[in-house]
Amino acid sequence: MADATLMAVTIAPPRAGLLKRLVRHRLSILALVVLAVLVVGSAGAPWLAPHDPEELDLASRYAPPFAAGHILGTDDLGRDVLTRLMFAGQISLAVGIAAMLVTVVVGFSVGAFAAYYGRWVGTVLMRLTDIMLCFPSVFLLLFVAAFVTPSLASMALMIGLTCWMEIARIVYSQILVLKSADFIAAAQMVGAPSWRIILRQILPNTMAPVLVAATLNTANAILLESYLSFLGYGIQPPEASWGNMLTNAQSDFQVDPWLAVFPGIAITLAVTSFNFLGDGLRDALDPRTAGR
Amino acid sequence: MNAPAPALPLLEVEGLSVAFGRALAVDGISFAVARGETLGLVGESGCGKSTTALALMRLLAGARIAGAARLGGDDLLALDEGAMRERRGADIAMIFQDPGTALHPMIRVGDQIVEALHAHLPLSEREARERARALLGKVGIAAPEERLAAYPHEMSGGMCQRVMIAMAIACSPRLLLADEPTTALDVTVQAQILDVLRDLVTETGMGVILITHDLGVVAGMTDRVAVMYAGRIVELAPTVTLFARPVHPYTSGLLDCIPRLDSGWDEPVPAIPGSVQGAMDLPGCRFAPRCPRASAACAEVPRLREIEPGHLVACWNAP
Amino acid sequence: MARFLGYRLIQSAFLLLGVSIVSFGLMHLAPGGPLSLYTLNPTVTAQDIERVKALFGLDRPVHVQYLKWAAGMATGNWGYSFFGGRPVVDIVLDRLPATLLLMGTALALALVIGVAVGILSAGRRNSVFDYASAVAAMVALSLPTFWFGLLSIFTFAQTLRWLPAGGMVSTGGGGFVDRLEHLILPVVVLALVLVAQWSRYTRSTMLEILDQDFIRTARAKGIRRSRVLLNHGLRAALVPLVTLAGLQVPLLVGGALVTETVFGWPGMGMLFLSALNTRDHPVLMAILMVGAVMVVLGNLLADVLVALIDPRVKLGHG
Repeated sequence: MADATLMAVTIAPPRAGLLKRLVRHRLSILALVVLAVLVVGSAGAPWLAPHDPEELDLASRYAPPFAAGHILGTDDLGRDVLTRLMFAGQISLAVGIAAMLVTVVVGFSVGAFAAYYGRWVGTVLMRLTDIMLCFPSVFLLLFVAAFVTPSLASMALMIGLTCWMEIARIVYSQILVLKSADFIAAAQMVGAPSWRIILRQILPNTMAPVLVAATLNTANAILLESYLSFLGYGIQPPEASWGNMLTNAQSDFQVDPWLAVFPGIAITLAVTSFNFLGDGLRDALDPRTAGR
Repeated sequence: MNAPAPALPLLEVEGLSVAFGRALAVDGISFAVARGETLGLVGESGCGKSTTALALMRLLAGARIAGAARLGGDDLLALDEGAMRERRGADIAMIFQDPGTALHPMIRVGDQIVEALHAHLPLSEREARERARALLGKVGIAAPEERLAAYPHEMSGGMCQRVMIAMAIACSPRLLLADEPTTALDVTVQAQILDVLRDLVTETGMGVILITHDLGVVAGMTDRVAVMYAGRIVELAPTVTLFARPVHPYTSGLLDCIPRLDSGWDEPVPAIPGSVQGAMDLPGCRFAPRCPRASAACAEVPRLREIEPGHLVACWNAP
Repeated sequence: MARFLGYRLIQSAFLLLGVSIVSFGLMHLAPGGPLSLYTLNPTVTAQDIERVKALFGLDRPVHVQYLKWAAGMATGNWGYSFFGGRPVVDIVLDRLPATLLLMGTALALALVIGVAVGILSAGRRNSVFDYASAVAAMVALSLPTFWFGLLSIFTFAQTLRWLPAGGMVSTGGGGFVDRLEHLILPVVVLALVLVAQWSRYTRSTMLEILDQDFIRTARAKGIRRSRVLLNHGLRAALVPLVTLAGLQVPLLVGGALVTETVFGWPGMGMLFLSALNTRDHPVLMAILMVGAVMVVLGNLLADVLVALIDPRVKLGHG
């Protein structure tokens, strides 16, 4: 009986939370789909791309989108923009993901060593983390990049080495909490060696927040790579990256404004997708915000 | 004290139900409170006492509420949010269990009381401040002038609860909902707070719903008692009657659980076997699984019926 | 208060000491060292390099160089530019006001808009506005700042010709309106990311606070919803928000650098980039340090503000 009356009197709709989660979920799934398309398009570029990335077509320079044979048009040397975007994606995504891996490895090592061994090792490592956080990462990155011959590996390493601090802090605080947890004490009591405790017990327990941070770091790394390459301190032409495809956008704007649009969209799509994915992961992995 | 059911009730609740999603927290309860009367609402935690109070205040987020709650001619549950806001604090006020978290930590106590006054009364800043000081004096705070400028973290729990009471009665509400007002406090402080409440009721003639799980508080403070179990009222009676002649097995069980001074130190305190867990999903009487007197009839929901004037019980096996 | 301030000042000083060691170390780890540009230049002989090294004291042991440099930084003697020989402190301080103007305006704009959007989103949780602002914030956070800057130049300067494409004043101009017109695009571009961060952080902070008991008390008093949100909700949110403002300084400084390079804004960011092109060592070091000092000061300021705002923070009166 009570249920029947309840149906009639509705003061606050209870569907709100569900709706929100559905939207969130859908956005994360959309992000995954976009990422899949970007990855397949880039990785499969040698087979899927309509042209050769170095193929010059000086007869049709600055072709607008949908010009004969070039869906997204051509650049200042008559190279096919779509093709170059696909090959550039290989570099940009690879740098982003490799840099993310560097942040995870470095951040995890620093945080884990600092927390697990404590004492002066911990103090020194975490103060180093504090110090690194004082540098605006773009300054630090440009500073280093100017003195290093750019390559995919060096870019990933540089970006990774300037962005590991957040993960170190997460891992550090998580392990400190876990160290006082009973099951770690139990593992120590039965005489498990410390590296084994780190690998078997602590690693799985810190995975969730690190995974979220790593996803967001990938987004950030792609942004940093594109800026570095745009300024000319990153991937060098003729090899294409989404960033260096924009280098001449300003001077070419009067001739062909489209050249400025597509690489930026590619960057934004990739970064937005990683950000949404990280956000979705955070919601999914954190029971506290599940209802929000 | 031995008041029968009031003839002209201040608050009349009829068939109040509250649901969160698919879960029913309060299931069609009805009761009334008269002017100057204190009604006790007792039961174990999770039985729907606080939910009932918050539903009357319309302060439950994401809940569906059904039924009616008439206070001075208006159905509180049918008012639009704007009209309800005007009632809160002015006609119906509430004090909460934990005074430590219920006051804003970053606003001076005086300003919090003044804000409550300004919400409903056309007072100048000076009049409001004067009134706030008088209120603090009324709830027994020494040196009210200094306390007005204090922050909650600078005061004890009992002091904070006095401030909460001062804030709740600031605009002379007709009905006060007190949700476990002394649970979070030391025993000595509890008595002081209850004294303050009792004096206020006598002085202002407001109606009070006192929510508690402490039967000692019920005995000392209330005129009538409603015993709740798993979202329903199982027994409703004048306090004296209830303590003298409890009828519902759950009420008897609760009363038996009070440790007595004259019982031997090695006698175990009796407890009601089983737990309230899952009781909300039972089709018939929800107390049946824990009830010593359960019978086949309990498969059907027992309705509240009057067994003597003013004494209602929901049990098939009651005399 | 004095003791708290003293403690935080000493802490900040140690942090800056670490910062100086790291940046000095980085510069000396760079392949070719500070004079890498010269070693690559065939017209510069080995003798020239030795001469320059001696001139700038680069032939001495590293720790001696560091101490000399650090002492100089602390006393305002930041060395001389490799190019033109002007004192670095003058070069950098010339550019500082432009950067501070850009950062300050963008931060103020972002604060107002971001906090307002965040409060509205939290107040109307799960509404269309809430979703729209969440998605917009996410996209804004993901836009490459330099690309967004370029597009805004193309659109508003080159195509529509509403606003100047870059710089701080028109040649020959310099009136208030002219300066304002030059300020608009860079500020909007820099503020975008900040607005996105602020709105999201304000929203989640407010949601956490709106669940608290004292908000229920405020609502039970029957005060207006807007007053509950602002006087009770926002007030409690101030502490975490001010803390965020402090933590956001690196993003602000970094974002200012990117924005300046796109708009040719004559601040520290542009200076950094041109110094980078010429490998003008002393200038780079100085800007790196100034950036870090801004971050440290930002955090210090935020901590002091929190201590002033929150009555629960006990300040020793010593």
